[in-house]
Amino acid sequence: MYTAGNMTSLWARVEPLLARVQKPARYIGCEDGAITPRHAPGKVSWLLAYPDTYEIGLPNQGLQILNEILNERDDAVAERTYAPWHDLEALMRERNVPLFSVDTHRAAGDFDLLAFSLAAELVYTNVINMIDLAGVAVRSAHRETTDPLIVLGGHCAFNPEPLADYVDLVVLGEGEEVIGDITEVVREWKASGQTPGSRDGVLRELSKIPGVYAPAMYDVEYDGPALRAVTPKYADVPAVVHKRTVADLGEWPYPKSPLAPLTEVVHDRLAVEVFRGCTRGCRFCQAGMITRPVRERPADQVRTMIQNGLRRTGYDEVSLTSLSTADFSGIEQVTQAINPAGCGTSDTISISLPSLRVDAFTVGLAGQVAGGRRSGLTFAPEAGSWRLRQVINKLITEEDLYGAVESAFSQGWYRAKLYFLTGLPTETDADTLGIIDLARNCVQIGRKHTNRASVTVSLGGFVPKPHTPFQWFGQNTNDELRRKVQLVREASGRAKGVNVKWHDPSATLAEGIAARGDRRIGAVMERVWRAGGIFQEWSEFFRLGRWEDAMAAEGLSIEWYVHRHRDEHEVLPWDHLSAGLHKDFLWLDWKEALAEHGLPDCRWTPCYDCGVCTGYGIEHIVASPVPPAGGSQGTGQDLSRGGEIPVALLPRRREHTSEPATDRAVVPVVVPASDSEGVS
Amino acid sequence: MKLRLRHTKLGKIRFTSHRDTARHWERAVRKAQVPLAYSAGFTPRPRMSFGLALPTGAESLAEYLDMELAPEAGPDIDLADLAVRFSAELPVGYEVTHVVARDADSVPSLQEDVVACTWVLTLEGVEAHELRDTIERTLAVPSLMVDRERKGQRSTDDVRPAILDLSVAPSTDDPRPHLCAMLATNGRGLRPVELLAAMFPALDPVDTAARVLRTQQWIERDGLRREIIPAVPFATRTPVECA
Repeated sequence: MYTAGNMTSLWARVEPLLARVQKPARYIGCEDGAITPRHAPGKVSWLLAYPDTYEIGLPNQGLQILNEILNERDDAVAERTYAPWHDLEALMRERNVPLFSVDTHRAAGDFDLLAFSLAAELVYTNVINMIDLAGVAVRSAHRETTDPLIVLGGHCAFNPEPLADYVDLVVLGEGEEVIGDITEVVREWKASGQTPGSRDGVLRELSKIPGVYAPAMYDVEYDGPALRAVTPKYADVPAVVHKRTVADLGEWPYPKSPLAPLTEVVHDRLAVEVFRGCTRGCRFCQAGMITRPVRERPADQVRTMIQNGLRRTGYDEVSLTSLSTADFSGIEQVTQAINPAGCGTSDTISISLPSLRVDAFTVGLAGQVAGGRRSGLTFAPEAGSWRLRQVINKLITEEDLYGAVESAFSQGWYRAKLYFLTGLPTETDADTLGIIDLARNCVQIGRKHTNRASVTVSLGGFVPKPHTPFQWFGQNTNDELRRKVQLVREASGRAKGVNVKWHDPSATLAEGIAARGDRRIGAVMERVWRAGGIFQEWSEFFRLGRWEDAMAAEGLSIEWYVHRHRDEHEVLPWDHLSAGLHKDFLWLDWKEALAEHGLPDCRWTPCYDCGVCTGYGIEHIVASPVPPAGGSQGTGQDLSRGGEIPVALLPRRREHTSEPATDRAVVPVVVPASDSEGVS
Repeated sequence: MKLRLRHTKLGKIRFTSHRDTARHWERAVRKAQVPLAYSAGFTPRPRMSFGLALPTGAESLAEYLDMELAPEAGPDIDLADLAVRFSAELPVGYEVTHVVARDADSVPSLQEDVVACTWVLTLEGVEAHELRDTIERTLAVPSLMVDRERKGQRSTDDVRPAILDLSVAPSTDDPRPHLCAMLATNGRGLRPVELLAAMFPALDPVDTAARVLRTQQWIERDGLRREIIPAVPFATRTPVECA
């Protein structure tokens, strides 16, 4: 009765453990939409891992997309796994049960590749832990020929150096195409018998695939605490690895079979990705920098994916995902098509729009789609003063914010949440205290509509990230961040209706160590892990002391890695990895930031040559030639010029090469502005 | 139209919770495109109510829920067909075995109505004769005190009144002994694992309960116990694991 389809299933050993753990449904698979993996000799088997709990990892779209694409291939098979919670891990270690897949409960060590998706730095120790649980040597240098190849992908892969000694491969950028390229090389290697000593050879071969970085193929030289160079060991290994980018999202309508889990997860609704990339140019935002250019999904494909997804999963809620969904050209078309009758009936589909822009138009849109649930609405002004918002290029005027808040409270919402960063470049106490002024004004606006009106300020410490204009900035110290949080808390005590929540500055410091770390930080991660530091993004398991002790034990300075400002000529640990952005563009943008100059969104204004489109021969794919109605986040741009701005509507196909193309032969399709396009 | 349904919950999905089961049903109903009546109010919910919670990890041949169809479903809807449609849309391990129409208001809710459940427990580490002796001893004592924890509260209770019947279940192809227990659900009730803790204090009850299967839920009518919807012999779809 409990057979699981293949000889190597661990189910019979896992099953008795599940009676003793919390939330055993995390480990059984069986989701609606799950694909039955078809293992066969000769096929390349991937275990796609999310190094956090099932509830957080299951909704991850990247993992679902790659899982489908791989299982559609004749030469590949893929399964999924997530970090087992402490209780199960203890039982697994006690009874020698290795990390297993949730689909068919195969041992992780039986797969050809174990690939992790990394969304945040604090999960690095979970990656090491899961490699160890798989029964594989944690350091890549100690692995056997036929051990799984350990792969990293996701946003954190753009500085994988802290894990460079623990992984075999890193994939930069979007995975849809490159996983096929990797599969083919590994398939050949398997066919050749994986002879002893051939592991290095296959890594070298894989490092020739654009977008693939094999850390072991590079030498790292230091000059005291400084990094001197990261250079390839062989002539055929690229000096700079460039990210992979899917030119046309319309060609990848995945996931086609979205997963509806059997137990509650963090984003328990259908998700449909409406575009990738963001050119708002917020200078603190790594996601916006490394995912350029903007590529919208055709609106009719979005509609089809929503319809099919809802029918397959039985969900009654869909989230339209992107980095700023109100910027999607077809947003109103799509939302109106989902609920043509308007809201109020029993079979209404609710639509959630994460990452809302801050303006009244956006709130109006949210009002049309939110259905009955109107408790709280979230905005991210990020900084407390217009001056500082120009520094970070989050160009929201106070009028935008108040208009948005007015719109929200007048439409029935009674709670607003405002996200802010503290510890930003050039920040003064006046900027910090400006946060409470904004919040207090928002409460006042709300009280005109409801006595229940309240505003929650959510305060996060800023961590400078690689491949952003702020990568040279010295992160605020723990003490300084605590002082600023305290300033805000004290000011909020005098502001009625304003609540403050904040992120623990100690965790921000640990994030800072990992975010811009070099290879020497790997040993620190290993020490934190050996000291029991897993699930570090869970506050109940985080202790900064473990990180400080590990840094001290390795003789590394927190001041050097985290708090020091870098200069223009410093070799950065990720200089050999490229998201397409010119380093001199980023430096120039850093100087512009310090000069308090904002930079407009290049979707609707002329190119300022950040390097991505020109370098990779790809283009923005944006259906609307003008910024969305309601203004472009109050940028003060001259929006009347919208019609003159060249926007290429068609993707130009070009072979991706590891060397960025230097020629640029684009014939822009100029679309005249329609009179009816609302530009207010 | 108001309906009462009986279904199984077998195999890997036994590790999902009672709350999860409710969510599985909500999605299955939408997928099957069966129009349900909705509650009034700001956030309308489909009119479904579930019977006694099945402990996470336990299997069942006798789970129940009530639902109310929207008027547009019509009075002539084919109930046997509904069972098939729901089974097809539910996760593997559920099978809807009965769908019956229910008088509008005359029937009390499932939670109020059920007085007892019968469980078949497959025991690990217990010999058949040991089980027979323990059953005899347990039924003979006038009271049976158990330390247990409910919602974080520790208490010592006499659970003997909740034990309505114990017997050795006829053995199937599984050589391990099977304990058949009818346990009252009113008052604080008695959970199968608590029963094992009381019967075999020297053993770990979680390890001992290799399989926990609810086979019947009982209500009382005119002084007689009967099943909510009597199981007529039917060929259960063999639970197939999803992978």
